[in-house]
Amino acid sequence: MKKDHAALADKFNQDEPRVDWHDETLWWIRQKRDKAAFGIPEWEELRETASRIKFNVLSNLSQYLEQFEKAALDNGVQVHWAADGEEHNRIVHSILQKHGVDRLVKSKSMLTEECHLNEYLQEHGVEVIDTDLGERIVQLAKEPPSHIVLPCIHWKKEEIGELFHQHLGTPKGNADPQYLTNAARLHLREKFLTRKLAITGVNFAVAETGEMVVCTNEGNADMGAHLADVHIACMGIEKIIPQRKHLGVFLRLLARSATGQPITTYSSHFKKPRKGQEMHIVLVDNGRSRQLGRPEFRNSLKCIRCGACFNTCPVYRRSGGHSYHNAVAGPIGAILAPNLDMKKNADLPFASTLCGSCSNVCPVKIDIHDQLYKWRQVLVKDGYVSSAKAASMKAMAATLSNPALFKIAGKLGRWTIKHAPFVVNNGLNPWFKNREMPEPPKESFREWYQKNRSGTPQPSAGREPQYKEPSKSKIPH
Amino acid sequence: MSANNKSMNDLNSSLRGGGSRERILTAVKKNQPELMTLPVVKNFPQGFSSPVEKFSEVLKGIGGSVYEVANYTEVLHILTANFPGANRIMSTVQELSSINKGDTGYEDPHSLEDVDLAVISSPLAVAENGAVWTMDSLVPQRVLPFICQHLAVIVNKENLVSSMHEAYDKIGNADYGFGVFIAGPSKTADIEQSLVLGAHGPKSMTVFLIG
Repeated sequence: MKKDHAALADKFNQDEPRVDWHDETLWWIRQKRDKAAFGIPEWEELRETASRIKFNVLSNLSQYLEQFEKAALDNGVQVHWAADGEEHNRIVHSILQKHGVDRLVKSKSMLTEECHLNEYLQEHGVEVIDTDLGERIVQLAKEPPSHIVLPCIHWKKEEIGELFHQHLGTPKGNADPQYLTNAARLHLREKFLTRKLAITGVNFAVAETGEMVVCTNEGNADMGAHLADVHIACMGIEKIIPQRKHLGVFLRLLARSATGQPITTYSSHFKKPRKGQEMHIVLVDNGRSRQLGRPEFRNSLKCIRCGACFNTCPVYRRSGGHSYHNAVAGPIGAILAPNLDMKKNADLPFASTLCGSCSNVCPVKIDIHDQLYKWRQVLVKDGYVSSAKAASMKAMAATLSNPALFKIAGKLGRWTIKHAPFVVNNGLNPWFKNREMPEPPKESFREWYQKNRSGTPQPSAGREPQYKEPSKSKIPH
Repeated sequence: MSANNKSMNDLNSSLRGGGSRERILTAVKKNQPELMTLPVVKNFPQGFSSPVEKFSEVLKGIGGSVYEVANYTEVLHILTANFPGANRIMSTVQELSSINKGDTGYEDPHSLEDVDLAVISSPLAVAENGAVWTMDSLVPQRVLPFICQHLAVIVNKENLVSSMHEAYDKIGNADYGFGVFIAGPSKTADIEQSLVLGAHGPKSMTVFLIG
């Protein structure tokens, strides 16, 4: 059986200083996002507008897809439809075969990760070079990205230095980001100049004009696409937006939410192939139409892949992207993954504290934490969680709904922690990991209340609780 | 739709893997919720008083340089002083053609790999995020502003707008083949979040605000 989130997080948690470093790095990015968002007085109105545009898209998707297809065909772009990842991979491969191409460059596309395109092409003897620096690093290390925007956020520069020493021949021990980036620049420039075919992802596809927009900071999508004879853009069908002017809303939100930048360095609008070039778009469903049919979960399709929910999530920051065993990790990944494979991903909606921070930072206002909670109910009801988990949740529900049972359970718990701590203080109890069990209270609140307040008048109902102003220095930001 | 057109369409669909196309569209149509209205996008007037100041501040903040100049002669002086070692310079701006140096051929995009400095013009720049817009009608090879080692962009001050909303108002339904917003030099922070300028594209971006 494959390891679940908890087991994989355990592995990540073995190196505590590294977890702290990972946690702090992502929180720093979250703070940059805050700074950028607070700099825009209309931020909340922009989020609301983006959210409503996306609602409209989902409610009219079939028509927008046809409109987009027609416009793209008119622009001289070839359009393909793939029902699932397998078909997507076959389509891409058939285009390569048509051109006799067995090596290519690819810029970041989470969709191709979702479809496992690289593995598929490699099995068919095709060499794929990922050109985003972070993706190239994890590719050389034979790992998947651990974050959709920051693929190698879990790597230390010394490790990257060693990796480059082995693969790119940089001097041993050199871990200077400037030096290593330049080494990658030279290494990848040679690939851009020699590969005849480039694959890119798509951030937004405009139904009205048939153009697609690709956002990068490095310029790797453009270097690939403008030098190649053939450009294949792969996109999920939910990437459609109705009109060009809607890009104004989404491009204002995307980079600010992702990294705190006012906009990515490049926002490239690909509408027609350049002279002599061939351009393809592959529209991929792979479960999206199914998710669209689930009223509680369809809002997850509004996602614009900014990664803000990753950076703010206390569980993601402390468990790392690989613990989610899914192309898209983090809170949004945890609500998308069960739709792809309920059995395999049944653990992911439980990898959350339901604190709601993900929903608060989401630029398109997806109710992520509500959906995590709803997935848990679906997964338990449909029998996708372990019988131990289901039984313990049932026992918990019974205890909480029965006052007498609750009383006994509380007594038993306090007695156990006091007199037989080894029963809970052991490796079998996951709640004990990285925690000390609390001192057991002498009595329950109920017992205390009966002793001290029973028979005395109830506190007056209308009395306001005393609010103490928190000290200014403690307020974040 | 005439019967002929329809059968042509069916033929086209089958050539493009029509089975999946129909299946996907049918499933989407079946599962999409009731139509929700498309909201009106407001123009969101920006709070800053001087777009020129804002543009300069933002672009410098993301690693670019900005010069306010009166005319092209000033641009020439600055570029000559700032890039003394450039062996190949390509200007797509007529007024600055005297700065061209080395091979000026555009036929093969790959041949541009040794361009040290590219000078292009932009009909539209955005104050809120320091981005300049350009299109393939203004750049003989799409790859030019990406493959060069350094990029200079000429913008008329009159063409500066405050926000992305205004920018798309100006772009309207322009029928370009390729268009791009460029905001600063190519960059990455993939190695431990250390910002490095010059990932794959230009290591520097200089914008000249003329007028």
